[in-house]
Amino acid sequence: TRSSTHTQHSYFFSYSLAIRAALLIQRWYRQYVARLEMRRRCTWNIFQSIEYAGEQDQIKLYSFFGFLMDHFTPASSERNLISHIFRENEICRDTEWERYFCYKDIEVPDSYTGPHLTFPMTFCGVSKLVEAFKQKQQLHARYVLQILGETWRLLRILPNINHVSVCQTKEITICGDLHGQLEDLLLIFYKNGLPSSEKPYIFNGDFVDRGKSSLEILLILFGFLLVYPNDLHLNRGNHEDHIVNLRYGFTKEILGKYRVHGKKILKLLQKIFSWLPLATVINDKVLVVHGGISNSTDLNVLKRSQVLSNLQYVSVLRPPKVVHQTLNGNRNEGDNGPAEGRRRVRSLTNHSSALPQRNSLPRRSLQNSSISHQLSSSVEDELKRRRRLAGFDQTYKNANGSDSDSDPDFAEAPELKTFPQIVNLLWSDPMPQNGCISNEVRGGGCYWGPDVTEEVLGRHNLQLLIRSHECKQDGYEFCHNRRVLTIFSASNYYEVGSNRGAYIRMGADLVPHFIQYQASRTCRDLTLRQRYNIQKRSALRALREQLFVHKSDLIRAYREFDPHHTGTISMRHWASATETVLKLGLPWRVLRSQLVSRTHYGMVDYQQWIKELSITEPKLEVILETMYKNHSNLETIFRIIDTDHSGLISLEEFRQTWKLLSSHLKMEISDKAITDLAHSIDFNKDGSIDINEFMEAFRLVDLSAHDQILCGCSSPIPAQK
Amino acid sequence: TEEENTGARKIRAAFHVFDHKADNTVDVREVSTIIYSLGCFPTKADIHRFVDEVEEDNMGYVHLDKFLPVMTKVLLENKFPPIPEENLLQAFEVLDKERRGYMEPQELAKYMKSEGETFSQEEMNEMLTALVDEKKNLICYKELISQLTLDLDT
Repeated sequence: TRSSTHTQHSYFFSYSLAIRAALLIQRWYRQYVARLEMRRRCTWNIFQSIEYAGEQDQIKLYSFFGFLMDHFTPASSERNLISHIFRENEICRDTEWERYFCYKDIEVPDSYTGPHLTFPMTFCGVSKLVEAFKQKQQLHARYVLQILGETWRLLRILPNINHVSVCQTKEITICGDLHGQLEDLLLIFYKNGLPSSEKPYIFNGDFVDRGKSSLEILLILFGFLLVYPNDLHLNRGNHEDHIVNLRYGFTKEILGKYRVHGKKILKLLQKIFSWLPLATVINDKVLVVHGGISNSTDLNVLKRSQVLSNLQYVSVLRPPKVVHQTLNGNRNEGDNGPAEGRRRVRSLTNHSSALPQRNSLPRRSLQNSSISHQLSSSVEDELKRRRRLAGFDQTYKNANGSDSDSDPDFAEAPELKTFPQIVNLLWSDPMPQNGCISNEVRGGGCYWGPDVTEEVLGRHNLQLLIRSHECKQDGYEFCHNRRVLTIFSASNYYEVGSNRGAYIRMGADLVPHFIQYQASRTCRDLTLRQRYNIQKRSALRALREQLFVHKSDLIRAYREFDPHHTGTISMRHWASATETVLKLGLPWRVLRSQLVSRTHYGMVDYQQWIKELSITEPKLEVILETMYKNHSNLETIFRIIDTDHSGLISLEEFRQTWKLLSSHLKMEISDKAITDLAHSIDFNKDGSIDINEFMEAFRLVDLSAHDQILCGCSSPIPAQK
Repeated sequence: TEEENTGARKIRAAFHVFDHKADNTVDVREVSTIIYSLGCFPTKADIHRFVDEVEEDNMGYVHLDKFLPVMTKVLLENKFPPIPEENLLQAFEVLDKERRGYMEPQELAKYMKSEGETFSQEEMNEMLTALVDEKKNLICYKELISQLTLDLDT
């Protein structure tokens, strides 16, 4: 009937109206989310660029020391200081190591309230340890050394590449970076269960640095390794490296927690890290490695344990010596004394790359009165040759770097073919384009493309590459046609709410299943917008610090756009000058409104703004600003120089450190100014400076302490937490 | 023209947020976010068409050289214009048949997940967290529309 057709028609009409309404709402909402995501990503970029700039800085700094090492004249007192830095451990024979790390003389006092361990380790023992750490107890140094000693003995007999199998009844769990965040490890154990022979685990590197409980994580992982050596697998990460630890907090954590035995613990860990396996292969089909691969990755070369066991790459940032004698089983790393030159690491500079490089390395002139006049224009050539010998200036053109064959030094040192591979395994990142190029942003390893993934996986008959190394918002991410999977297990890595952590469960079908989590209870209930706000505030604070410490350079850059000294420049010029100075690759025009409140008619009053950022007084301004700017570098240098990890350096060492740094930075600081500063910091006037107090004094956040320094206060500054 | 220059600058700035290696390429999965962030309101179908035009041979990435002209055209021709508030309000009122001024979360969820360019469960969960008034457990869309617009402007 007509009325039913009409009803049908109006029903149909209203139904299609509903669809259109739904479409509209979906479109509107997705736009809203995307715009928030855009902002979140901008904030993320801030954190990440500061993080990676730090990593690059570290490598540059260390390679600079190496260069100085090779070029100082023997008479120079600085040379002794530097060779002091690079001196290998005097103890080189295994038996001597055993004696050095003997824990037996260390007494555990009755007043000790932490966990007691018995050996051999048992499941109960490790569970007890986990519980104790949950209660925030600290393990006594005797037990720490005992666990580490046992771990070292075990690692020496493990292969460089673990092989594991999963079957119907036995799934495996794979975790990514933890970075000292014990809460995340505990959360994983809570959700997934403790490791056992029924519950195997792979931990894919970067257990330490940045977080506060790096040692606790290591002890737990090593504990399970001792109990279940066939079911708990550890892969080395780029942070399992004592040079990196100097900068990123692990060294400091140990020395802070173990004032008497910290040095021994650190030395033992140095050895343990160098013995960690490089990769794990599941069912001969899935490769798990911390960083990634390159076009020259050859697992068969890496597998041959006798190639590596003699060489013991203690730090991947320090490539091995090239020796012209043949490889023999008796060669020990301690054979050569401290004065021998070693190949140094410069960042990978791919001279053949035509791609533009963000954060490209400035070519610093090393002209300085104290440096030998041997420096000439052939320096760059010399550096290039050494880098190639060490395997760092890889051109990634083809699988084996054919230009190396023509170099006689290289051909005689087959162990150097493995070294660059190790760097790539631990430091590389994937990229969407085909090819293989130097990883300029990190300063080590490469960027590899989907074609390299296909080739390497194909060559080894593998189907999937699981890696970590990069923080991902959802804890995991696929790329390269789902042939590469990144897994990251440190939640809230940059800031509360910044990202979830995740781990993988994998069964016989080798299909990864993901479990995500976020350690902090509070942030789970926050909306997207609230989380974004927290991150934004934190990122902006970090950025303001960066701006502050580069004050002088910024003013100089702004003045170039202000020839008539009006004190103002356009926003466009402000953005351009700021990027030139900071080199963080950030969208300064977008960020300007959050950083600079004062603008008139589109002009930035930079003088006023800089003044507002400024918290120093003119007197010691230059030195202090430089120190702030190089805060991390300075600390690293201190720790490198303080080789016995005593936490004290003499005034003379401080002066020499400062001079080194100023030559690194191409700066002129008078000796008198340095001596004055040294004296003002030596609070108890005993001729030595306590590193920890010194670094505390220079924390940006601790302004009151800062004022005390300026007043030449003679009483010690209390450490503020 | 001045307008073109401003437009090109904005497009480049948005593009570079995702250009991690500073080589003028972005992952293809980020293209929709970039387009939205430039103030456009495309449908998913619009986005697919756009990506087909600019993606580098199914390689999974997009180069700025291809992205810029296509995006410029989109902006100049206003191809994906914003949704006026009244239209949005009307859309909610179509779904809220009794015109109460609010909807229950399950009601909206049902539509979002079954009609139009459907939401995934994850998108739905996120939307509910953002839109549902906790105390009343309702989606009071009238206030929401103006508040969410305000969110983006600050």
